[in-house]
Amino acid sequence: MQASKHDLWVGLFVMVGAAAVLFLALKAGNLLSLNFEDSYEVTARFDNIGGLKKGAAVKSAGVVVGRVAAIGFDATTYQASVQLDVEKRFTFPKDSSAKILTAGLLGEQYIGIEPGAEEKLLAAGDRITSTQSAVVLENLISQFLFNQASQAGSDEGAKK
Amino acid sequence: MSWWNPTDVGRATRALLVDLGRGARLFVRLLASLGTTLQRGRLIVDQVHFLGNHSLAIITVSGLFVGFVLGLQGYYTLQRYGSAEALGLLVALSLVRELGPVVTALLFAGRAGTSLTAEIGLMKAGEQLAAMEMMAVDPVQRVLAPRFWGGVIAMPLLAAVFSAVGIVGGYLVGVPLIGIDAGGFWSQMQGGVDVFKDVGNGIVKSFVFGLTVSFVALLQGYTCQPTPEGVSRATTRTVVIASLAVLALDFVLTAMMFSV
Repeated sequence: MQASKHDLWVGLFVMVGAAAVLFLALKAGNLLSLNFEDSYEVTARFDNIGGLKKGAAVKSAGVVVGRVAAIGFDATTYQASVQLDVEKRFTFPKDSSAKILTAGLLGEQYIGIEPGAEEKLLAAGDRITSTQSAVVLENLISQFLFNQASQAGSDEGAKK
Repeated sequence: MSWWNPTDVGRATRALLVDLGRGARLFVRLLASLGTTLQRGRLIVDQVHFLGNHSLAIITVSGLFVGFVLGLQGYYTLQRYGSAEALGLLVALSLVRELGPVVTALLFAGRAGTSLTAEIGLMKAGEQLAAMEMMAVDPVQRVLAPRFWGGVIAMPLLAAVFSAVGIVGGYLVGVPLIGIDAGGFWSQMQGGVDVFKDVGNGIVKSFVFGLTVSFVALLQGYTCQPTPEGVSRATTRTVVIASLAVLALDFVLTAMMFSV
């Protein structure tokens, strides 16, 4: 291939372009937080997963220990079955519990794992049995309203 | 006064079909020329220099100002909801997914596409292309293909530079000027921008736009009337058709990519 007098400048241009892609991937994107570490899979069943999405974080004590790998519907128990990919270096007791929590008031939903006390550890393919569903705002509000109404009713009854 | 004379309509339709067929044939020939063009690296390097390096200044300056404006406008909207820290996310997503590829393609059509059309058109008007054919040199292989692939290479790089500079512009307005917390700005951005879904698809978009703009510019130059008036008309058509094609393709690509 013949040399061109523009080689240097074109090389510089390509370098600048590559640097821009790298900047977008590393500084603006989440390439650094993607993990390529070995993980093991556990499942958990929830009555209601709210707005949980595939790829959501699995946290314990606020630290990300894994990701939600898949979400399915179990037609026999009518529950949502969620597969969690937990990094191999983090192990949890077998009686740990999983909760669906919300980051902030309007933030994304994630799964929080609270470690139990048993000596046996969760292994690949195990199921987390004690779970707590997502808080659905509508249910909370209706509970609150019913409470208010029944209280008001009993107050009036006491007056009479 | 029957301007809608059926004969005219028929002739116009046939002319349109002929143009379409000629365009499609040229497109296939340009795509098929990838192998032979890559062996003549010097020609591509020269074209990347002409189309890419010389567009860098306009792309950088535009990216910076688009970033500034996004920072100001985004802050104006977000602060109503008390979530000004999400400015980084807003600026990055709008640039990487949408504005980077599209605005770069529009600027590229104006800056590089017009010069391609004018160059090819004048070559045709000066009968240089015909002279090449007389010497058994294929002008599509020798003249058009390096320009085409040079544009296709330059466009994604320019779009990436545009987005990166725009994000820096948004940062400059958001953090030092308005006083948003820098940690929140970057961490919200990193939390919300996916490398493959957002950055990767943006690059795919800019690649497709590079194909589109380069092809439209070359087709207009190659098929123009070989007169000064014809070349000027072809140059105008390049900007109009390339811009419309980019915007229409952008909708199609967005609908395909981000439907999930």
